[in-house]
This record gives sequence, structure tokens and C-alpha cells, in this order.
Amino acid sequence: MTAALQIEGLSHRFGPLRALDDVSLTVGQGRFTALLGVNGAGKTTLFSLITRLYDSRSGRIVICGHDLRRTPGQALAEIGVVFQSRAMDLDLTVAQNLAYHGALHGMGRKQLTARIAAVIAQVGLQDKLQARVATLSGGQSRRAEIARALMHEPKLLLLDEASVGLDIQARSDVLALVRALVAEAGVGVLWATHLLDEIAPEDDTVILHRGRVLAAGTAREIASTRTLSEVFLDMTATPETAP
Amino acid sequence: MSLSNLSVSGRLIALRGIVWRETLRFLRQRERFLSALVRPLVWLFIFAAGFRALLGLSITPPYQTYIHYEVYVVPGLVAMIQLFNGMQSSLSMVYDRETGAMRTLLVSPHPRWFLLTSKLLAGVGVSILQAYAFLAIAWVWGIRPPPMGFVAVLPALFASGMMLGAIGLVLASTIRQMENFAGVMNFLIFPMFFASSALYPLWRLRESSVLLHDIAAFNPFTHAVELIRFALYGQVNALSLAVVLGCLALFLGAAIYAFDPNKGMMGRKRR
Repeated sequence: MTAALQIEGLSHRFGPLRALDDVSLTVGQGRFTALLGVNGAGKTTLFSLITRLYDSRSGRIVICGHDLRRTPGQALAEIGVVFQSRAMDLDLTVAQNLAYHGALHGMGRKQLTARIAAVIAQVGLQDKLQARVATLSGGQSRRAEIARALMHEPKLLLLDEASVGLDIQARSDVLALVRALVAEAGVGVLWATHLLDEIAPEDDTVILHRGRVLAAGTAREIASTRTLSEVFLDMTATPETAP
Repeated sequence: MSLSNLSVSGRLIALRGIVWRETLRFLRQRERFLSALVRPLVWLFIFAAGFRALLGLSITPPYQTYIHYEVYVVPGLVAMIQLFNGMQSSLSMVYDRETGAMRTLLVSPHPRWFLLTSKLLAGVGVSILQAYAFLAIAWVWGIRPPPMGFVAVLPALFASGMMLGAIGLVLASTIRQMENFAGVMNFLIFPMFFASSALYPLWRLRESSVLLHDIAAFNPFTHAVELIRFALYGQVNALSLAVVLGCLALFLGAAIYAFDPNKGMMGRKRR
């Protein structure tokens, strides 16, 4: 089966700062992959490269079999993305934002109506459809962002610190929603986080630190006989991991 | 998403979506529409009325007789609407970037040139509505170009609006924060407007300063004004048309370069 996301030897610099160094990872279809790293590890840079906000100078990104550099349109069509901060228009309603996103993905009016009803039910925000995004709570806003990302039925869902700033209940709800998408819709998920309690033992996990992949495998495999927390703290505290 | 959605029909739907969003935002910002109208109307009702007695205008193409100053200044004020609208679009893009809304656009499966051109078209549509609203008020005020001029001016408004919007796009790629926009007002919009033929004919400028005349003659905004002025009277100013179209290609190309994820600002800067 073609991987939802395959990254090989990806490096990126911001001037003298090496943000990513030879990063390789795979997100399988129907798999929840946690991208674990402290703030500044390179998670957001990686997301920006996968979504082609800017291009990588070296390495290769393949999304559902489409090389991002050679066929960016086809590759981007397969991605739904929830950024760390809000990406919806605060002045428009949830329905208007969803319609706008759907139109950007070439969805006609009939298709839009049906799809908006489906995704809004999926995230449980039916009563907020006509609310302006600016009036939503943090949890509702995240759900709306996920609904937006799902509008065009992506095969790969990228979530960059999607639970940051949410209360415990909202965080749990958002995580449960994403896990349900993986289990029921077979979506491949790359979940960037610095919160260890969001990772289950069977989740594929990639530890990113100072732009480099330090470990990859299931959380259980990485943790081995210790806890994931202990391993993670050991890895990220080691001076020689610095590039 | 199926690949067919990246076809021509998919692109048209995306274009419609972008125009629709700009229209929704515009309708939500009624004060934007009013301020876009009030600014040129103040110039027309107060400034032009005051200067009427001071400025005599000899017969200058496209006018075939002596005209009042109010008649002369109207095309410049129409172009002023488009200039401010182009900058407003630029401000709107900076706002979108700050609030994150621009990422929804940039991660869609369309090339940057298409997305930028669509944004430009949406902005120009809004500016043309504002320009016609102003021309209607000017008509009531007694400034009445030939009726056919209102039709002939449409392509001129489109071309000049596209060019000024493209300048706004280039600016949007370089302005990192909303706070920096005041600088744009002081260092770009006002010099572009005053060092042009919007308020006084070029020959008048030459009488005062040859240097200022030369600057105005090279100013793309002068040519936007003259293109509109001639079109309002059913004529084509070939030089201005060529300059406007050339500058449109230049600035749109620069904007596409600046927003290219591989080459321009997007590729070099951490966002």
C-alpha cells in the first residue's frame, strides 16, 4: 500500500540556522503517527515544507504517491492541515469558511452543501455552523479547523500542536476525534506534539530534536523497558544530539 | 480529491470562491466602501472647488474645449480610488497572513500565480464598483463625460486596477507586519498620487519643475490616470495603455516571484 506520506533525506536551512537535517519518516494510511519534539525541534518547519508554504532545498516528499516537487497540485490535493494557530477567516461564519475551503479544492455548490453537512456533523458543531469563527471557543475553533481540513476528504491529515491552548476536556475530545478518523476513515495522521500523554503505546512515533530524527518506531518500541517520557528526556538532553 | 478538480472547471470554481470571499469581506466592511468614496468626494467637492478659480486649463487632449478644474480632476480621483483599493488589498493580504487565513489559500492545490491572479481579480472587481459609484456621484455634481465613456472606461479601469493591485501584491510580499503599512502610505501612496497627472497636467508641472515633470512622466500612476481620462472620453492613449500593461506584467511577475515557495520571500524567510 502506498504510504500517505513519505519523507526522505529532507534538510532545510534558514540562513545559517539548520532547521531540519536529513529527516526521513513515513506515515502509513490509516496510521496515527506522533511527531514528538520540544518547542523549536523543527516540527512547524517540517509542516511548512510538507504543505509547500516554502520549498525544501534537498530531500524528497511524497504524498500518496505524488512527489511534492514534481506534481505539487496532486500532492496538496491529498492533504488536510490544521495549523498551530487559526487559519480560518475570523470575520466569516463557520459555514462560509468551509464553503471557501471547498471551493479552493474545486467543489461545486451541491457537493459543498453535502460535504459541509457531513464534516460539521463529524466534528459535532452543527449548532455553530452560522456562528462567526471569532465567536468560537478554543475547543470549538479547533473542531472547526479540523472540519475545514476534512472538507475535501484528504488521505493525509497534518495537525501541528492541535491541542495547544485547549482545556483538558477539549484536548481529549479533539484527540478522540482524530483517532476516530484514523480508525474509521483510514486517514493517515501526522500529529505534531510536545505532550507525551497524547501518545498511545501502539502509535507510530518519531522523535524530532534540533531538526534531526532521533528515534522512530512505535512508542512501545522506542520506550523499550522504560517509559517514553524517560527516553524522550534522555534523548533531548544529550549534548551530542546538537547539529 | 479527484484530479479532475485541478482542471479548468476546478480552477474556475476556486476563482469563484476567492472572489466570493473578497465580496463577503467587502460587504462586511461598509465603512471601507464609504471611506473609499468619501476620500475622492472631499477632493472633488472641496479641493477642486477651491482651485477652480486658481487653475486655468488650456485645451488639452482628450478635452476639446476649455474645462473646469473639477472636470480635469475626476479621472485622477477615479485612479485614486483604485490606488487606495490596491493598497487596501495589500493590507488585507498582510492581515490574512497575520491571522493565518492566507495559509488556507497557499496550501490549496493551485499554483501561486493562479492564486495571486485570482486575488487580484477579486480586488479589481471591488475597485471597479467603487469607481462607478464615484462617477455616478460626479455625474450628479455636474461632471458629465459622454455616456459612451462610461462603457469605454471599463477596460481602462480593469487594466489600471490590475496594475495598481499588482503593486499592492508586491508590497504585501515585503511587508511583514500591519504596523509597517503606515510607512507605505507615506513613502509610496502619497508620492505616487501627488507626483502624477492626477491633480495637474504634466505641462503645468514642467512649468514649475522639469525634474518633477520627468518623475511624473515615469510614474505608472500617471499612465493609469491618463488611460482612464482618455477612455472616459472614448479615446485610447496608446502610450499609457502600453505602460499600464507593461507595468502590470512586471509587477505581477514580481509578486509571483516573491510568493513562489522556491524562489522568493516565502522561501527565504521563516514565517
